[in-house]
Parts: sequence; structure tokens; C-alpha cells
Amino acid sequence: MNKILLVIGREYTTRVQKKSFLMTTLLVPIVIIGFYAAIIAIAISGSDEKQRIAVLDQSHLFDSSLLKNNEEISFTMIEKENPVAFIKKYKKLGYQAFLHIDHTGKADSLEFILHSEAAASLQTMNTIEKNINDALRKKTLLANGIDPKAFDKIDQMVKVQNLLESKEGAKKSVAGISYAVSFGCGILIYMMMIVYGTQVMRGVTEEKTNRIAEVVVSSVKPFQLMMGKIIGIGAVGLTQFLIWLVLILGMQMAIPVLFPDLLQQINQAGVQSEENMTMAATVLQGMSALPIGKIVFFFLFYFLGGYLTYASLFAAVGSVVSEDQQEAQQLVFPILMPIIVGFVIMTKAINDPDSSLAVFGSIFPLTSPIVMMGRITYQIPLGQLALSMILLVGSFLFFTWLTGKIYRIGILMYGKKPSWKEMIKWAFSK
Amino acid sequence: MKNLLELHSVKKYFATQKAVDDISFEIKQGDIFGLLGPNGAGKTTLLRMITGIFYPDSGQILFDGKPFDPINHANQIGYMPEERGLYKKMKIGEQVLYLARLKGMSRADAMEEIKKWFIKLEMDSWWNKKVEDLSKGMSQKLQFVTTVVHRPKLIILDEPFSGLDPVNANLIKDEIFALANNGSTILFSTHRMEQVEEICNQIVLVNQGKKILDGTVREVKQQFKKNMYRLGAIIPSSIHSDGLFEIISRHADEIMLKLAPEQTPNAVLAHCIQQGLQIQSFNEVLPSLNDIFLQLVEESGPTRKFQSI
Repeated sequence: MNKILLVIGREYTTRVQKKSFLMTTLLVPIVIIGFYAAIIAIAISGSDEKQRIAVLDQSHLFDSSLLKNNEEISFTMIEKENPVAFIKKYKKLGYQAFLHIDHTGKADSLEFILHSEAAASLQTMNTIEKNINDALRKKTLLANGIDPKAFDKIDQMVKVQNLLESKEGAKKSVAGISYAVSFGCGILIYMMMIVYGTQVMRGVTEEKTNRIAEVVVSSVKPFQLMMGKIIGIGAVGLTQFLIWLVLILGMQMAIPVLFPDLLQQINQAGVQSEENMTMAATVLQGMSALPIGKIVFFFLFYFLGGYLTYASLFAAVGSVVSEDQQEAQQLVFPILMPIIVGFVIMTKAINDPDSSLAVFGSIFPLTSPIVMMGRITYQIPLGQLALSMILLVGSFLFFTWLTGKIYRIGILMYGKKPSWKEMIKWAFSK
Repeated sequence: MKNLLELHSVKKYFATQKAVDDISFEIKQGDIFGLLGPNGAGKTTLLRMITGIFYPDSGQILFDGKPFDPINHANQIGYMPEERGLYKKMKIGEQVLYLARLKGMSRADAMEEIKKWFIKLEMDSWWNKKVEDLSKGMSQKLQFVTTVVHRPKLIILDEPFSGLDPVNANLIKDEIFALANNGSTILFSTHRMEQVEEICNQIVLVNQGKKILDGTVREVKQQFKKNMYRLGAIIPSSIHSDGLFEIISRHADEIMLKLAPEQTPNAVLAHCIQQGLQIQSFNEVLPSLNDIFLQLVEESGPTRKFQSI
């Protein structure tokens, strides 16, 4: 028992002490967060300078009072210009774009064309469209003798809130957040199982090809060596989660302190960002509505169960191959298949958590670690949950027992790669 | 001295090979024991059974008088396999410490012993280096330290000198003698016969999974001697052997002769003196282990064939 602890210790410390461990642990979230932050930043920010847009209204629908200027865009009505000629000179006159409004020829039908050199940003297009639509509506309402204020009252949009009733009282649920958390957990387990499973396989092959395995198995049993490696690498994975958890919590506390006016900025950013503001609020609301404790527990359980089940399979593959990496790839493929299938079922399960495919996928032990994450924010019948967990633990024990025997023979065999038939024979040898 | 290791009719069959087929021998405590055999004779399989990596199909292994049990006895055995194995990326000091602790040493005890060995073999500046930085000879020395650092009763060395220069080979050889003098038993597997003659006192020769020779080096040589003598003298070409001996080869000042059956060296010497030869030397020439090895392996079939069991 003492010896397996030594093996675990070695596997753990040699990996955690590596610079690359710290790098990936810190860089991966930074890259992911940075990536999303960049996308959001690009989407919500318009251009820095104020856009001046020349408007030539040949339909005579608008006057300057109808087109509202804001901080980013100012409209200037121009008259007595030939639209074709003006396209060539609007730039020289200091306008970034030129909006041309004209009849299409059909009755009551207008066309709006924005001439610009660079593609107009989404924000600019939205502002222009909103302005035109508002102006048109106001004009139409007035033409039909309806008070625009009365119409606004009629045109109210109702929002429905989903309250989750629980013992601690009602909480607001946000479908999008549950979706995102499920998907995030599923993809994390999917990635970690492959990343750490491959590490187990590489570690085993390394020990075999370095011939250190023969030295070590003269001190410890092959099974202890295999389990020590699997547990040690699993502990590295848990350490990585722990660091991420601390980082996330730290960031949640640090952001309001570091950027006190961040929310305000978002608030002021204009029409579009008003939605972002409510989104930020709904994210917070949605997060608080989720059963965080339950999610963390099941995430860790299914990560460990899935990792342990697959790690023993990866270890067996690592033990039968020698230097040739291509051999490893051939043998790894059948192991990766169910992981990938699990991922596919998971994406379906998020949308339809009670479909028979989702239920099957979350119980079948080779896919359950990933698929269950897709259903985790929903109420799962207790029976299904219990069956899935028992099957996962059972399959872990079964595969470890089975692959331990392949491993025991494999690490001391050199030369030709054994056939499937031979490996099955090893697995069921005494 | 009592026997540290006894093998009784040990067998291990693989799918296509009788790797070890009914082998028995004993090793006394403090002996330097040579396990010889051509490639593929079953030496590695035999060693793996003695180190507890494989279980014999049948037969018994006694360690220190008790049936061999890997869990209890693994800590008392040091095994250096033929194919050297170390973690390439691990620091040398940590690596030896890890392997020593896997053999049941406490951290403090292991540290003390490692430092002693590192100083003795002039490796004390290596502690923070990695194995990938070492030359082949250096990693060989390191492997030797990892094998003996936990003060094993039985030290198994599979080709310990391969890749070592003469200086380092001597260094290791001296350590092997010192360990044996301190009561460790050494089981030495090789096919380099000149090393065996120099180091071992007891040998076993295996081929095709079977033991074909067993005894001390002296006994074995006596057993296979061919009554050859080297006579140093100025010898006239007209020398007359009188049926006492047969001249095998002739040089300017010495001849190699083979005694005729039932003759003694004394008779030969008397005969030569009578003929007026000025004798300068007269020695018995024993066969080298190499010759015996070649002869026996030849007789018992040099290469393995795949056989069905």
C-alpha cells in the first residue's frame, strides 16, 4: 500500500512541477476568456470616431427632425445633389457613408441604400435601420391620426419569468444559463478524459520503452504501478480544476473592485448595450438559480468515474505498443469512439434531456460521464441517476480488472504488437 | 555457508517456447554466481522468476530457506536488467531516492546511503542532472547504484559491464567484490566468458531452457580438461615422443603437447630430460570457459526452434 502511494507521488509531483503544467493551467482559461471577451468587445463596440452620414431623400419622406442623431452617428440631410455624382464626392465632404432613399417605382415602396467604402458595422446598420423604422412608423401613425404615445402603450412586449420553486424559496431560472453550464461541464469532461487518458497512455509507453518498467515491477506489482499512475495523473487533473475554481472565484470578487465602472460603461454604451446590461444581470440571476453544489458534486463524480474507466483502457493500449506511435493510434481509435459518441449525444441531451437517447446515453457507462452533464441542470429521476452511477463504478472496476492483466503482460513484451485475439487471451488468463 | 537461493525443478512455458524447462541449482550466501547461456537460452525468464516478475508454472524457489514470496522478498533483491531502464526526464537524485523507497527504505536512510554511493563512485555532482544528460557509461553506473542502494541480500546483474570503459568496468568490478565480501550474494548473468572466469566462483550454463552444466569454475575446467601441456624449451625437430604424447603445435621455443592416455606429466618430463632438452617451463593448459561454452552449446543445439508444447 505504501508503495502505491510512492508511485502516485512520483506521477503527481513530476507532472505538477513541470513548467508546462502551470502554463497550460493558467493559459487555457486566459485564452478561452480572452477569446470570448474579444468577440464580445468587437460586437458591442462601434467605431471610435463619430460616423457622419449624408442622407439624400429623394422620396421626401424625412426631414432632419425625424432622423435622430446620437453619440456615434450624425445624419445630415443634403439636397439638390445628383445621387450618382454624390457617390463620388461624399468622402471628400467628410462623410463616412451616404444613405440614398428613393422610390423603387412601385407604389408606396421605398429603397434604402447605404453607400460606403468599408462595410458598415453591425451597430451602424442597426442604428440606421432603427431610425428609419421609427421615423416611418411615426409618419404612418400621424398620417392615420393615431397618437404615437398611445400606440407605444398598445405595442408593449411582455416578458415571462420562470420561477423555480424550492425549499429555499423561488429563484429565477434562465434557460440559456443552464444550457451554457451543461455544455461547459460536458465539454470539459470530454476534453479532460481525452487529455489525461492520453497522458496515462504515453506514460505507460514511456516506461515500457525506457525499460524502467522492468526495474519497477521487480519492486512493486504491475497492478500497483498501473493504478499509481492512473491515480497520480487523475490527481493532477483535480488540481487543475481546483486552480481554475480558485481563479474563477477570485475573478468574481476582483472584477467589481478593479473595474467599478464596468457595468456603468456597458449601460451607457447605447441602444444595443442595454440588452447586454440586462444580460449581465440575467447571467448573475441564472447562476444563482442553479444548484451549484449538486452540479459540482456530479461533475467531480462523473469526471472521476469516466476518467478512471477510460484511463485503464488507455493504460492497456499504452502497455501493448512499443515505439511505433502509429500502432498506438490504431488501438486508441476504438477507445475514442464512445467518447466522441458521448459528446454528440450530450449536445442532443441538452435540448431534449428526457428523450430516450439522452436517458440511454446518460446510463450507459461509456458515455454517461459526458451525457449526464447535458442533463445535470434538469431534474433527473433518482432511479436513473442511481443506476447510472452504479454502472459507472461497476464498469470502472471491471475494466481495471480486465486491463490490469493485459498491462501486466504487455509492459514486459517487446517486439511485435499483439493481436486483439492475444490481448483478449491475456485479459482472461489467470 | 547456507544457501540463499534454491531452485527446484523450475519450469516456465510460453505459447511457443519452453523458456525454462526443469532447472534446479543453489546459490550459497556470499557467492558470486554466474548464470551463463547463449542468447535466448532462458536466462532472462529465469531471472524474472527469481525477481518475482513472473511466477513459475511449476517447481519451487526458496529464498533464504523460505518459499519465495515477491511481497516479502522483493525488498531484499536488487535487479539490474540487461536493457537499462531509467526515467529520462527525472532528476538523478530524485530518481534513485524514488527507486530506493520503492524497495522499502525510509527517506532518511535512503538519502544517507545514496550520498555514500554517489561519493564512492564520484557521482556527487550529478544530483540535479537528468538521465538524458548522461552518457551511456554514466547511466550504467547510475543503474548500478539504483540496484544496490537498498542493501539487498541478492544482487542480480544482467550484463553489468556492457557499455562501460575499462576504468569504470574495474570500478564496478571492485564494488561487486566488496559487496560479496560483505555478505551479499551476486547472481551474474552474461555471455562474456572472460569476465566469468575472472569474477565468478560458481557457474551454471543453460541452453534451450535446460541446465547443461553446474559447478565451480575450477571443477568445470578440470572436468573438461584435455591433458594439454605447454613445454618451454629449445626443441630439436627430431624429437621423439615415444608414444608418451602427441605434439599439437610447435613454435621456436615451445610446443603444445597432449598426453597420451594413462601417461603422467612426470613421465613426459623424464623422457624429455633424458633426451637432453633444456626445459624452461612446463604448464598444464586448462580449457577456457569460452571453449567449454562453445563446445557445450554446439553439442546441445545452438539455436532455439519454435516448438509446440
